[in-house]
Amino acid sequence: MDKNIVFRAAAIIIFLVLPLLVKSNYLLGILIIIGLYTIIVIGLGILMGYAGQVSFGHAAFFGLGAYSVAVLSTAYRWPTFAALLAAVVVPGLLAALIGRPTLKLKELYLVLATLAFGILVHIFFNEAREITGGPSGLTGIPYLSLGGLVFDRDIKFYYLVWSTVLLISLGVNNLIHSRVGRALRAIRESEHAAETSGIDTASLKLQAFVFSAVLAGLAGGLYAYYVTFISPSPFGFHTSVLFVLMAVVGGLGTFWGPLLGTGLVVALGEILRWAVPLAIPGAGGEYQIIFFGVILVVIMIVKPEGLGSIIKFSKKSVEKGVR
Amino acid sequence: MVDLSSQLLQLLFSGLTLGSIYALIALALVTTFNITGVLNLAQGEFVALGALLAASLFAAGLPLPLVFILTVAGVAILGGLVERSAIYPARGASSMTLIIITIGLSISLRGLALLVWGTDPLLLPAFSSGGPILIGGAAINPQSLWIFGLTAVTLAMLFAFFELTYLGKAVRACEINRTAARLVGINPGAMSLLAFAGSGAIGAAAGIFIAPLTLATYDMGFMLGVKGFVAAVIGGMNNVGGAVLGGFILGVLEIYSAGLVSSGLKDAVALLVLLAVLLIRPEGLVGVIAGRKV
Repeated sequence: MDKNIVFRAAAIIIFLVLPLLVKSNYLLGILIIIGLYTIIVIGLGILMGYAGQVSFGHAAFFGLGAYSVAVLSTAYRWPTFAALLAAVVVPGLLAALIGRPTLKLKELYLVLATLAFGILVHIFFNEAREITGGPSGLTGIPYLSLGGLVFDRDIKFYYLVWSTVLLISLGVNNLIHSRVGRALRAIRESEHAAETSGIDTASLKLQAFVFSAVLAGLAGGLYAYYVTFISPSPFGFHTSVLFVLMAVVGGLGTFWGPLLGTGLVVALGEILRWAVPLAIPGAGGEYQIIFFGVILVVIMIVKPEGLGSIIKFSKKSVEKGVR
Repeated sequence: MVDLSSQLLQLLFSGLTLGSIYALIALALVTTFNITGVLNLAQGEFVALGALLAASLFAAGLPLPLVFILTVAGVAILGGLVERSAIYPARGASSMTLIIITIGLSISLRGLALLVWGTDPLLLPAFSSGGPILIGGAAINPQSLWIFGLTAVTLAMLFAFFELTYLGKAVRACEINRTAARLVGINPGAMSLLAFAGSGAIGAAAGIFIAPLTLATYDMGFMLGVKGFVAAVIGGMNNVGGAVLGGFILGVLEIYSAGLVSSGLKDAVALLVLLAVLLIRPEGLVGVIAGRKV
């Protein structure tokens, strides 16, 4: 337990000092993206690791958050807080709509529903030109401004995103050690046993799903403010699979899993972007995905609990919560 | 000037053509799902690999029947390899793990196709030459007739396999109750291998049938696989006859909405149908009508 606190304090210090050491905007940008994806993967990790469900449509919730901010802050001039609220509410409501009937059934139906939903939303981003600007997207998203503070530089955004990650991580950590967390774990171990013990499994799984969509929407809203220009391409099916990969690589149901998995997958993506064209001349970005596919298969066969489980003490702290 | 009824008839034929392909994919999906409990999201890639391999073999100068046999056998072997290398080692895992594995497989196989064949579409000529045939004022592409005929033959052969052969009966026993099948001495591991090899073969056949109409591309499999799911869900996931019927329903629905409303809708229709069925009647629309579960 003490070791855990030391570890977390060290992580917070690293988080505070890192941007001062990183001089390149490229690296700072990657750190911001890792932070944003980590928010999504934390939610997906709860859905997968605790509620035992998987979604192949989280890029759509991410995109819905981003488009909510983009549309509302440009065409309707909504202030930051209101636009971000919409970025959270819109995906949350849609998740409740899909999740409510499908989560009562066996697990594969949510997979199919999220898969279909993800592709449909992506088609919508491309086709609803009047709202979304079609394939060319939307530009001119204003800077995020909260209480007179304008986040117009990467370094400010870095602190905003990573403070959000920290707050969510701590909140989720508390949640997992609460009654709700124990109930969710019970569902993962055995849904029948959980139900017999009086846990409303369908309702809890729905809450976990909606919560994960809300986090994805929040990350999307922040993403739109960060890049100030959005198009449909980052919100396709491949991104959804990448989120699942990040959750799986880091390990499900661990404190460090989401950060670890996201960091590794984003770093690998960047390395592949350099390395693949050297190995296969004329290769485009599509080739990266082969590696991700193979890694996903290998991890699921060899170590389905993810690489995060290597960090023993964080897992122990989770187990402590059970008792 | 084409009048409305012949236009509707023509669209019906196009819809049934497309529906045949979906029916085959859905059939493979449902069979695999019921035997192994694995929802194979890589099924569409077998279709794409079949189309690509056939186009390459044909371009190499082989006669069409030989191309057909080699391709079906090749993708069946690949299906078996996929099962042994990725599904069998994880056979005890949760269905969430298995679904993630098949998604990973789907991406890997698509990547493999991209590495081997590149991004340019490949051409496979129609099985017979000659212009469209006029039936009731509607112009039917001869390839459509080939697809109808070959789908019917494939379905008849599968029916004979399931009903008349010992192995087929073992597969069906495994579909109905895996544990009981094991108790009477049926090896579920062998059945799983058979299911994936069979899925590869059926997928490859579907790919060869459709390639003359759509060209063969490395990324054609994903949406075809998703459509196969929609068809399977329409039919109810544990109903082979329903899945086939679901395929035809989806094909007709898609072509009518694309032909009469907007072609941009084509992919969206299938996904909307899937969501609607899942939200309203997840046990499948056909299940009630078709009755008997295989």
